[in-house]
Amino acid sequence: MRSVSVDLNHDASLLIDIPDALCERDKVKFTVHTKTTLSSFQKPDFSVPRQHEDFIWLHDTLVETEDYAGLIIPPVPPKPDFESPREKMHKLGEGEATMTKEEYTKMKQELEAEYLAVFKKTVQVHEVFLQRLSSHPILSKDRNFQIFLEYDQDLTVRRKNAKEMFGGFFKNMVKSADEVLISGIKEVDDFFEQEKTFLLDYYSKIKDSTAKAEKMTRSHKNIADDYIHISATLNTLSADDSTANKKHCGGYYMSSFVFLQKVEGRVASDQELKLTELLRYYMRDIQAAKDLLYRRARALVDYENSNKALDKARLKSRDIPQAEEHQKQCLQKFDKLSESGKKELTSFKGRRVVAFRKNLIEMAELEIKHAKLLRTWLAMV
Amino acid sequence: QNSNFKENEVLSVTLSVQYLFQLDDDEEEEEEEEEEQEDKFDISISVKDPEKIGTNDMNAFQTPLPMFRNKTFTVRRRFSDFLGLYEKLSEKHGPNGFIVPPPPEKSILGMTKVKVGKEDSSSADFVERRRAALERYLQRIVHHPSLLQDPDVREFLEREELPRAVGTQALSGAGFLKMINKATDAVSKMTIKMNESDVWFEEKLQEVESADQQFRKLHVLVESLVVHRKELSLNTASFAKSTAMLGSAEDNTALSRALSQLAEVEDKMEQLHQDQATNDTFNFAELIADYIRLLGSVRGSFDHRMKAWQRWQDAQAALQKKRETEAKLLWANKPDKLQLVKEEIAEWEVKVTQYERDFDRVTATVRKEVVRFDKEKARNFKREIINYLECLLQSQQQLIKYWEAFLPEAKAIA
Repeated sequence: MRSVSVDLNHDASLLIDIPDALCERDKVKFTVHTKTTLSSFQKPDFSVPRQHEDFIWLHDTLVETEDYAGLIIPPVPPKPDFESPREKMHKLGEGEATMTKEEYTKMKQELEAEYLAVFKKTVQVHEVFLQRLSSHPILSKDRNFQIFLEYDQDLTVRRKNAKEMFGGFFKNMVKSADEVLISGIKEVDDFFEQEKTFLLDYYSKIKDSTAKAEKMTRSHKNIADDYIHISATLNTLSADDSTANKKHCGGYYMSSFVFLQKVEGRVASDQELKLTELLRYYMRDIQAAKDLLYRRARALVDYENSNKALDKARLKSRDIPQAEEHQKQCLQKFDKLSESGKKELTSFKGRRVVAFRKNLIEMAELEIKHAKLLRTWLAMV
Repeated sequence: QNSNFKENEVLSVTLSVQYLFQLDDDEEEEEEEEEEQEDKFDISISVKDPEKIGTNDMNAFQTPLPMFRNKTFTVRRRFSDFLGLYEKLSEKHGPNGFIVPPPPEKSILGMTKVKVGKEDSSSADFVERRRAALERYLQRIVHHPSLLQDPDVREFLEREELPRAVGTQALSGAGFLKMINKATDAVSKMTIKMNESDVWFEEKLQEVESADQQFRKLHVLVESLVVHRKELSLNTASFAKSTAMLGSAEDNTALSRALSQLAEVEDKMEQLHQDQATNDTFNFAELIADYIRLLGSVRGSFDHRMKAWQRWQDAQAALQKKRETEAKLLWANKPDKLQLVKEEIAEWEVKVTQYERDFDRVTATVRKEVVRFDKEKARNFKREIINYLECLLQSQQQLIKYWEAFLPEAKAIA
């Protein structure tokens, strides 16, 4: 999962990781560990406990900060979702009577592995979020980021205050008018024109790919589960067979199904991690890039409006200096966003390509590894 | 048209029979005590769709068997002919304790509620399943040394035109099936309380019933596997298309190419999964269905034995009653009636002896048949599972090739 955003956490001046986490009734408590040489921090090495809501707070304050309008704010990590394994565990409990002891044990093991996988994924996606921040020249210096890392009390109070201050209105605005506004403006800059077209198109396609990858992974998991039940039934059949023919049947093809199940299950989770998670992450990242475009579009609209206002003021010969000042500020803001945005989007491209490369290679290698393992086993049968 | 295997239509199935002289036994197994002599011949039967049969389908053979006139020949049979053959064989040999292999379509109802995709009777999948099942059905019949001797079997294999079975002409295919199912169900549902003196039979029946349960369970599971495999295939195809679209939207050239390549690999994976679903169906699910049907016939043979036992018991009871009547009449001094009863007693004594002998004979046959069935099942099941796994193996080989071809493309991204 770390490979969805490569080249993070290399700068020794600020190193962040989540070395462990606790799961209490599906509420996850992360231990955020920081090692730093920066004097802005009180200690060089420290840890704090954080909840998912704290991450959301941090993300939102960054989004709402005017100064960062020209940056791609790393996407907020998704809420830890144990719904799927929890539901399956429930179903398993209900169906326990119909299964053999062996089947039940195997299914339970699979479920525990799934729980663990969800847990690992959520830890890593939260970790990547922080590491994106720490490796960003501007965002790493954010005051709230420092508070998040350092403040050894509960952040709950601060979170509540922040909500009252911003009311989350900016976030809602961004979500609604997004696409229309971005597509609507007349772009003067070629770079942004291309980026706009590219990002809008790419977003819808990667969203689709993510959904399709998820379906594929689910099918693999279903097949792995089928193999569990099939191997258990074959086992029962073989155990019941009291004739001397037992030695003909042999137990090895029963264990083949057990093996098949393990491999199928492994394929499913690897595919999940490398492919589906990759697509999911970049879908969110591209949304963050689109948000940047939106803010810039908004600034352009403001600038155009300020031009109109200035013309009107000149016509009426009234309030001209204010209108001029306002127009100047709008232009400044727009230029700043454009300059910063260009840098951000360019490095985003590079980041994306590197991450895709790493994950596609790793996925292909894993597929080959599993297939070879299965091939060797089957050849022995 | 002819390729529809619908029950109430006249179908045309081409059957070609080839004879091969088998020099060695394929299987290297420890020989267990054989009560019957080994097959010295191998009959190979194939059932083909009429369209596909051609003159070059006949293979060379070696030694003809004296009981058949020709060496290699093809006949055309209706689907109802297969059912008709079964009806004749089960009527003749069932009561004697033989396990008569059942044709497909015989009470699989209630075995599974899972529909494997859209299976209408004209789909290619359904036709192929039927054809293969009919082929296995005939193979089982001709590999049974006693059934092979049956004149109805020879007629089925040899005769140019089979007359429509009398009495079934009026019935549609479905009605015919119902008749068969009713007959065997009646046998299976008998609740005869038999004083089982032979513990072997008691244990065997337990085994058969437990095996039936497990095979039914297995069938449901494998059908579920087929469904999931087909879903995987569809989902993979859909993902492939989506990846291709993503690749075309990608502005980095090398990554764009890699994504297109990934889409192609996933397209190939779709085909692999589709083929695997076929493997799951034909080399696994269908065979399990066969076993469930066969186990039904095994149950049937146990029931026939019980019927024979009952007949013997009933005769003994009737004889006892007649003796009691005789005793009464001796006291009542009715010489004419007494004479009648004495004659009846003699008849019943003959019957009792006969029925006891029948029961012993049927018992011996059932025992022999079950031993043979067990051996066959063990050998075949193992071979079938291995065959299934071999197909899986092939598909893994392919999979490796595809991903190994993709890897350099992924590495080329810059």
